[in-house]
Amino acid sequence: MDAIDRNIINSLQGGFPICDSPYRVVAEQLGIEEADLLQRLERMLELKQLSRFGPMYHAERLGGGLSLCAMKLPEADFERVVEQVNAHPEVAHNYAREHQLNMWFVLATETPERIESLLIEIEEETGYHVYNMPKQEEFYVGLKFDL
Amino acid sequence: MSDSSLTSDNRATLDEIDRAIVRATQAGLPLVPEPYQQVADEVGISSQEVQSRMQCMLDQGCIRRIGAVPNHYTLGFRGNGMTVWDVPDEKVREYGKKIGDLDFVSHAYHRPRHLPEWSYNLFAMVHGKDRSEVDHKTAQIAELLGDDCQAHEVLCSSRILKKTGLRIV
Repeated sequence: MDAIDRNIINSLQGGFPICDSPYRVVAEQLGIEEADLLQRLERMLELKQLSRFGPMYHAERLGGGLSLCAMKLPEADFERVVEQVNAHPEVAHNYAREHQLNMWFVLATETPERIESLLIEIEEETGYHVYNMPKQEEFYVGLKFDL
Repeated sequence: MSDSSLTSDNRATLDEIDRAIVRATQAGLPLVPEPYQQVADEVGISSQEVQSRMQCMLDQGCIRRIGAVPNHYTLGFRGNGMTVWDVPDEKVREYGKKIGDLDFVSHAYHRPRHLPEWSYNLFAMVHGKDRSEVDHKTAQIAELLGDDCQAHEVLCSSRILKKTGLRIV
């Protein structure tokens, strides 16, 4: 990753244009060729330096359900439950964390009602309680990433 | 979608074409010179219509932003810590806004407690190069909250178990 890549990441955290040739517009602003920009984005995605590139949708505003959930699992059952939980396509991310509540995952469902029924399914499959922690208010979601 | 299509609970009413656009772009925007044209071809409408519908979704907040999502881990920010705080319920909003304004916090939320096991009602994701940087930044939040913070913890991630991103429709 070089200075141009860092410049691309810093300047493209939002505000990507909506027009016929948006990459050309951005490339001009950055002082590089359009083909170079496309190639660099592709490579940074391949190397997972970028998680994704494109529109970030607001799940709830689109009518979907979203929640953060946690589970308290004994070491011996951890991997089994990881597999069972991750098998659900509605599980968007899942992290092991150093705490009694040692598994934390985000559910994104097509409807808000589906969250509740999916939690019950996961509890029945795994035999463990799921702590449901849907957000009650959001104060800041964005990026202030400066490389 | 039309300009008046946000309902009272802030949900948008998307029609089938909007949903097709979301499906075609939620994993990412095509990396081709005319990405909206490619989406349009997939959905079966004109590029102009894709652009105006996406602009509308952006204006209404259905699209938060269009851009690149850096991966904190591979970029060297390995100290991602979920900090959780127990503050008086009537002050959650005031502190949530203050903490959300800090430049090292990427998300801040009010979430329900699960008493007696889980007394934390304010979550803030703190990013740093390593654990000690996260601890240092967490101390800054603790200072900001002062006596209004009953307890707090930092939950560092030890492993990513899954990361596919949201699939909304």
